[in-house]
Amino acid sequence: MSPYRPGPLLPAGEGRDTALFTVVAILCFLAVFGAMTAAAADRAAAGWSRSMAAEATVQVNPRPDESGDQAAARAAEVLAGIPGVSEAEALERAEAERLLRPWLGETILPDLPLPHLVVVRLDEAQPAAPESLSRALAEAGLDARVDDHSIWRADVGRAALTAKAAAIALALLAALAAGASVVFASRAALESRHEMVEVLSLTGAADAFITNLFQTRFAWLAAVAGAAGALAACALLASVVLGGGDQGLTPALPFDWSDIILAAPAPVLAGVLAALAARLTVGRLLRVAYRTETRG
Amino acid sequence: MTSQAPAPSSSAVRFDTVGLRYGADGPEVLRDVGFTLPAGSFHFLTGASGAGKSSLLRLIYMGAAPSRGTVSVFDRDTARITPADRTSLRRRMGVVFHDFRLIDHMTAFDNAALPLRVAGQKPKTYLEDVQELLSWVGLGTRTGSYPPALSAGEKQRLAIARAVVGRPWLILADEPTGAVDDDMAVRILRLFVELNRLGATVLIATHDRELVARSGMPSLHLEHGRLTEGQL
Repeated sequence: MSPYRPGPLLPAGEGRDTALFTVVAILCFLAVFGAMTAAAADRAAAGWSRSMAAEATVQVNPRPDESGDQAAARAAEVLAGIPGVSEAEALERAEAERLLRPWLGETILPDLPLPHLVVVRLDEAQPAAPESLSRALAEAGLDARVDDHSIWRADVGRAALTAKAAAIALALLAALAAGASVVFASRAALESRHEMVEVLSLTGAADAFITNLFQTRFAWLAAVAGAAGALAACALLASVVLGGGDQGLTPALPFDWSDIILAAPAPVLAGVLAALAARLTVGRLLRVAYRTETRG
Repeated sequence: MTSQAPAPSSSAVRFDTVGLRYGADGPEVLRDVGFTLPAGSFHFLTGASGAGKSSLLRLIYMGAAPSRGTVSVFDRDTARITPADRTSLRRRMGVVFHDFRLIDHMTAFDNAALPLRVAGQKPKTYLEDVQELLSWVGLGTRTGSYPPALSAGEKQRLAIARAVVGRPWLILADEPTGAVDDDMAVRILRLFVELNRLGATVLIATHDRELVARSGMPSLHLEHGRLTEGQL
């Protein structure tokens, strides 16, 4: 005869547990992927600002005795020698026409007067100030105007900040919804077991014993569900990154493998929230079991 | 199985002008009830359906709090004790519920052993005693069965086994012979009498006045929430 082992005090698994598991897993998936999207939006915003800050454009007005291309070439030569400038390149008319062709078409471009531009790439570590570029050009006798993209940069910065804030807000909302669902679903699942709580209490189980029993059960269930949701989010991230990332499936959002770390807190938080919800609910059920509210 | 210990006080249960209503505006189901059950006594609690028998038992096992008055169990006011003390008192009680309150996903054996298990006893310490008790109530061959597979009579006997398995100081039984045949009813009554001889205080709620008369034991009688026999 095999040694007797008591069966579990709580049933191994039920339909109501499956419902709880599914809700928690889906919401954790949304929360984790929302956080990953926020991280990618932050990365994108930083990238846009960085690339704009690393460039300046100089428009040159040629003297009567020289052509526009000559003036631009001279300006590029002057600018290339300034500390904080990595590269200065006169934009040839053919290149300027290539850039404008998608907007203006072929027909009018040959007759259109185009500005003579120099594209200046600045040293990212120690970029030259726009004033030093202007001063050097003036000293070289060039009539030129330096555009450091500051107006655009401010606009792009605001747009990036908005995108980042929206992504963070969505991630937080998803996390809050996930947390609230864990709490409500745990409470609902426990309310349906109020008879079990009452029988255990009336047969002499200590409140702490009952609380720990349900707390452990629901914490474990929510943690596993949270892990399942987080794994699903990681799988989606992997498919996006392997699909090319910002060069492929998500051109505006540079997802990265390092975003996987954002999935780590999901099982822990889901488990802790479920444990707290279970503790509070069992405590209330135990108080109701003694129905002190009937005392007038 | 826990050892039988004598009740530590002169009164096991004491009601002092107790009233009970469910909800703030509900009707009072018990009114000015007062009585004392001396430790080691045996009483029946009689009355028609709806007279308040189950509510009175409920107040004793602390499934409800009185709306007014005082309920004392082993000289402890049940409204003024800590949750830990409540647990401690409940471990000295064995309750047979009218609706059995068995746990469906646990075997008959595990249901019967539940009070010992939740009190922290190891299975090897109660294995034989629980098996013997289940055999005694006629469930020796049904130890592995689950409550949904048991008949009403078997469920009732299992509920009784669970109530007495810890050799409680106070036994409360709500219609414990309602679903069993006469022979089993006598057998169950003999079990309660035997436990009473060993020192347990017994209170059995029943509407079977013939059973009460046959036993020769004293009774409390409830009518419309008032005690008409056995009042303090």
